[in-house]
Amino acid sequence: MRFMSIVTSPRSETYGNPTPELLEAMGKLADREIKAGRMIDNGGLMPIEQGARITIRNGELSVLDGPFVEAKEVIGGYAISEFASKEEAVALAVEFMQLHKDHMPGWEGTCEVRAFAGPPTA
Amino acid sequence: MTAADAHRTILAVWRIEQPRLITSLARMLRDVPLAEELTQDALLAALECWPQTGVPELPGAWLMTTARRLAVDHIRRLPMLDRNHAFLLHELEQEQAETPDYDALLDDDIGDEMLRLIFTACHPLLPYDTRPALALRMICGLTTAEIARAFLVSEATVAQRIVRAKRTLTDSGLAYETPHGEELAERLSSVLEVIYLIFNEGYTAARGDDWLRPDLCSEALRLARAVVAIAPHQPEAHGLLALMELNASRTAARTDPAGEPILLLDQDRALWDRAQIQRGMRSLARAEERGGAGGFYTLQAAIVACHARAARAAETDWLRIALLYAELSAVTRSPIVELNRAIAVGMAEGPASGLVILDRIADAPELAGYHLLPSVRGDLLRRLGRHEEARAAFEAAAALAGNKRERELLLKRAREME
Repeated sequence: MRFMSIVTSPRSETYGNPTPELLEAMGKLADREIKAGRMIDNGGLMPIEQGARITIRNGELSVLDGPFVEAKEVIGGYAISEFASKEEAVALAVEFMQLHKDHMPGWEGTCEVRAFAGPPTA
Repeated sequence: MTAADAHRTILAVWRIEQPRLITSLARMLRDVPLAEELTQDALLAALECWPQTGVPELPGAWLMTTARRLAVDHIRRLPMLDRNHAFLLHELEQEQAETPDYDALLDDDIGDEMLRLIFTACHPLLPYDTRPALALRMICGLTTAEIARAFLVSEATVAQRIVRAKRTLTDSGLAYETPHGEELAERLSSVLEVIYLIFNEGYTAARGDDWLRPDLCSEALRLARAVVAIAPHQPEAHGLLALMELNASRTAARTDPAGEPILLLDQDRALWDRAQIQRGMRSLARAEERGGAGGFYTLQAAIVACHARAARAAETDWLRIALLYAELSAVTRSPIVELNRAIAVGMAEGPASGLVILDRIADAPELAGYHLLPSVRGDLLRRLGRHEEARAAFEAAAALAGNKRERELLLKRAREME
């Protein structure tokens, strides 16, 4: 089963960039997961200020460049992995979040674990 | 959390940690099968302990400590054979007495050890039918029950295979060694063979209603990704990964709602997984960049890629497929490959050319009793307008067909020739 794990954190808190310790720990975890054949893709995202939003509302399509003042929760990064079960996906997300707890005190956020839609196959 | 939930959570954590546990213990003990056994004991300890205490904050470190303690206990119980042994024990005890640096233990680059583990589980000296089971158990962390489910055999059979395989490893002194040089290529081909075997087992067997049946295609893909990540210079590893990604990309289109198979050329290509095809194509390119274009798996991947590239069945580049089959045929010298080449040539150049190839392999002992031989012949004859001969060929194929559905289909085709 393929899963996407998406990390979000509240916009109102400014935590700054991840600490070097956190970056190193996350790098090691990603390396391990890639070598285990589970992780297929991952990445951190640039700040939302540099992004854009393409929206359809009331039948109107609009393209809006950042910054977006109304954004409360922003996505910081994601990983796509192949797991045998949701429990495995959760176990890895817990390990990933524990790294934040250890290496970036005070940081708050959420890691959402979502299965890909579609037939439950390779 | 119910007991069943806790059990599943623990198994999930353990499965993620297991390769690292085995590799770390294998290095201590110089014995992969023994290391595997002790990690199983660590799992049992977790299953006993965690439901009461909750999952520890650092479950990996907990499992590692427990497994290493079990390993030290094991060594302590061994008869003191020589000073090396005593020295090793002394060192380990010292290490155990100091506050161990789990970060260092957990951060170890497991690449080389992992490769050794994979090579050991897929050793060519192991009985053929034990290798996939051992690989799924030692590398993928599947339980005996899960492996039994996957291969539709009894748990006792799987347990027996694993015991037999481990005994072979220990008895032949292969419990801890890494191949080098020339041997490496031969050993790698055994690893790839095991992975492909696991994939095909999952690919051919319908999943049916058993949702608990582990998905062997995913396990095989994961294994191949692991091999590619650890040994990125091996072209055939990329080739195998490409072949499996490209084949797996058709999964949603391969069966109708009733679960009946749909042939490749009749499949709804909109259901093919484009992202997976792209991954397969990238792996194929990597295999070819590394000089693997003529390899067994890479050639097969290149053939499947021709199908993946065609937006409609009619756009298939049969000429290229025929050429690739010719290359593959030179590598394998297999009449089954020739049979496939006859189909491709029949599509590319016309049925008469296909028939010429078929005539050359008509007496191959490997194809005796194989229903696809007369079935393909019938199709080529039909296209040449030789209906009476085609009918006879389809009837011969029907008589050889293994399953009812196929037999009925062939008889229907025979009747159409009247």
